Amino acid sequence: MLRFLLLAFSVVVFAHAELCKPDAQNAFKVRLSIKTALGDNAYAWDANEEYLFKAMVAFAMRRYSSKSTTQISNVLLCNVTDRVSFWFVVTDSAKNVTTVAGSEVEAAIRMNRNRINSAFLLSDKTLQFLKISSTIAPPVEPSTPVWLIVFGVVLCLTVAGIVFLIVTGIQRRKKQNKESSETEDLEEKCEVTVTIENGIPCETLDLKAGHINGVYAADDERFASL
Amino acid sequence: MEKSRPLWDNPLQFVFACISYAVGLGNVWRFPYLCQMYGGGGFLIPYFIMLVVEGMPLLYLELAVGQRMRRGSIGAWKMISPYLCGVGVASVVVSFFLSMYYNVINAWAFWYLFHSFQDPLPWASCPLNGNRTGDEAECARTSPTQYFWYRRTLNIAPSLEAAGALQWEQALCLTLAWLLVYLCILRGTESTGKVVYVTASLPYCVLIIYLIRGLTLHGAVNGLIYMFTPKLEQLANPKAWISAATQIFFSLGLGFGSLIAFASYNEPSNNCERHAVVVSLINSATSIFASIVTFSIYGFKATFNYESCMSKVILLLTNAFDLEEGSLTADNLGAVQGHLQAAHPQRYAELQPQLKNCSLEAELDTAVQGTGLAFIVYSEAIKNMEVPQLYSVLYFVMLLMLGIGSMLGNTAAILTPLTDSKFIASHLSKEVVSGLVCFINCIIGLIFTMEAGNYWFDIFNDYAATLSLLLIVLVETIAVCYVYGIRRFEKDLHTMIGHKPSWYWKVMWAFASPLLIISLFIFYITDYILTGTLQYQAWDAAQGQLVTKDYPGYALAVIGLLVAASTMCIPLGALLTLARRRLRRGRARPVA
Repeated sequence: MLRFLLLAFSVVVFAHAELCKPDAQNAFKVRLSIKTALGDNAYAWDANEEYLFKAMVAFAMRRYSSKSTTQISNVLLCNVTDRVSFWFVVTDSAKNVTTVAGSEVEAAIRMNRNRINSAFLLSDKTLQFLKISSTIAPPVEPSTPVWLIVFGVVLCLTVAGIVFLIVTGIQRRKKQNKESSETEDLEEKCEVTVTIENGIPCETLDLKAGHINGVYAADDERFASL
Repeated sequence: MEKSRPLWDNPLQFVFACISYAVGLGNVWRFPYLCQMYGGGGFLIPYFIMLVVEGMPLLYLELAVGQRMRRGSIGAWKMISPYLCGVGVASVVVSFFLSMYYNVINAWAFWYLFHSFQDPLPWASCPLNGNRTGDEAECARTSPTQYFWYRRTLNIAPSLEAAGALQWEQALCLTLAWLLVYLCILRGTESTGKVVYVTASLPYCVLIIYLIRGLTLHGAVNGLIYMFTPKLEQLANPKAWISAATQIFFSLGLGFGSLIAFASYNEPSNNCERHAVVVSLINSATSIFASIVTFSIYGFKATFNYESCMSKVILLLTNAFDLEEGSLTADNLGAVQGHLQAAHPQRYAELQPQLKNCSLEAELDTAVQGTGLAFIVYSEAIKNMEVPQLYSVLYFVMLLMLGIGSMLGNTAAILTPLTDSKFIASHLSKEVVSGLVCFINCIIGLIFTMEAGNYWFDIFNDYAATLSLLLIVLVETIAVCYVYGIRRFEKDLHTMIGHKPSWYWKVMWAFASPLLIISLFIFYITDYILTGTLQYQAWDAAQGQLVTKDYPGYALAVIGLLVAASTMCIPLGALLTLARRRLRRGRARPVA
């Protein structure tokens, strides 16, 4: 009896060893970076953590296929290194000594990735399933791009400034025109007493000092330079 | 009776206007590059010698001409000698070309500024690809900052020939940039005088903030040591001296007519000698100050990249050989690598191509200038700082202020001769003329917002102003010294500022500066001839880097036109005046 049990046990162990080894069919490599993720709060990877991992994978398989046949003993781990990396494989409890198809395992893990990550306080980057790529959440994009809002604000301010300056400029010029036309009216009223010769009041021509004739001053370019 | 010429409210406005114009983007993105290429701290020696021999005398000359003649560039040179009206026209043409393409830089600065109000910054990481499994293909080949610049900002075409469509986002930013410039120049010196208080001083505030932040960054010291260790053997390289001369020359903005325009709004008794010295010294000091900031940023970026490279190598080795986490560090990496190579030669050999040799020196050696430095390198450094949005906003506001300040000078160079002309001033008001100039420039500037627009920008940037300016300033100096006469100029200066210029100024004006400009001119011509075909850098999306291509025929024709359009004005102007005088004399003779 004992010998039979021993034989059976060794067969099972041998079979399991065959099923779980690096690059075996339907086997996946897992890599954890606990120290990178948690720093000082990093926990050590020991048999208890391995048990938790097996439990999480079994949980994922149960949830995915929604038949409660996968047991913790169906999940086999091997080649655990210091890195912390190891290979795992899920055996089929219904059929003997066969592994569940890799695609099923992949789909199950993908579906429950979040739960597995949080069980170990890790993230997609620090708990890597090497053949299973994760879909990255897209960044949150607001409905109107932010830059258009800021652009609109600056544009409105600039246009308001331009309009303000142009309008005040026009108003100032109107006032100046009105003032100059008023002084002209005033001159016309006083004209009776002042004699005008060629548009210049005679008084200014009576100056004793020399009078610079504006016509010639601006034209010095026509004279040859000395 | 003549309307009185508008004046600056006080001499400080004039100094600020000159500083705002002279201190531009070149101080920030060209001088640090030259410093790095030509011997670090040692480059300051040729730089200061050129400042004394070339910069200060030529600046004083232009300011004095503007202040004496009280006209824009066309009128001023006409008064020096009627045959020189072509010089003024050439200045206006060059300024027109410059304002066409320069405001595009302000448009880019606006674009980056508007995008700085997001968390995280859009150039901090790559966008995801279609099925969300990884980064976008083009972005993964280069870096997120380069991707944001070449793809999201420029949407650059693979070559000059593939013109591509107009980028409406860039067109909007360009329109905004021109509207802002119009707002500042609308009322002439009245509005410009107030604006330059801001555009001259704000960049210094930001530079000081960046200096403090930069010096406290991790690894900044590496950059500073790298910059300031003088490599004196570079002084024997003639290119170092030529680069120093060209940097001083273009940095001060001589020959565009902007300085003449600004000085023409001065009181005749303004001490332009003191102002010339002050402005040129401040300009050079700002260059050095900006390069300290730039090099601390470089040091930070290089150290950051070096440490990322090291972590990548460590991660790769840790994963490949399943070593314990944290057992490999930067210190023991070399030893462990050797051990692994000995123990597992095959596995190590397979890994070899992926293991990059990380070197801090190599990171520091990547010298960049121009838009690459301003928009790629700086934004890469900013995204790694704390509170990157704040530093990003500050930085791009500073770039905007520097750019707008230079644009004010450019547009003044175009508008002052136009408003001086009696024909235009009698028909159109100042606001309408300014508006027309801004509108025309904006429409033409839309070329630079097309997909291949950046290549045209490079053409304008490299060829529109370089040769023409050298010729213009050479003719200016010779005209003042030998045609107008240095004795007469001396007397004019004595009337204006109260004392005659010392022998130093006269020697520089008469001999040193013209000789220097002639040698620069000869160097440029021989350089163009020797290099044969002109080439440009095009962005290859497939490789994720810049590749060199030849200019097509029509691009070379445009380059030729650009140079000819401004340089030909000088002889044409002289010939036209000669022809007009002959005709007048011919008409007058029969009467007499």
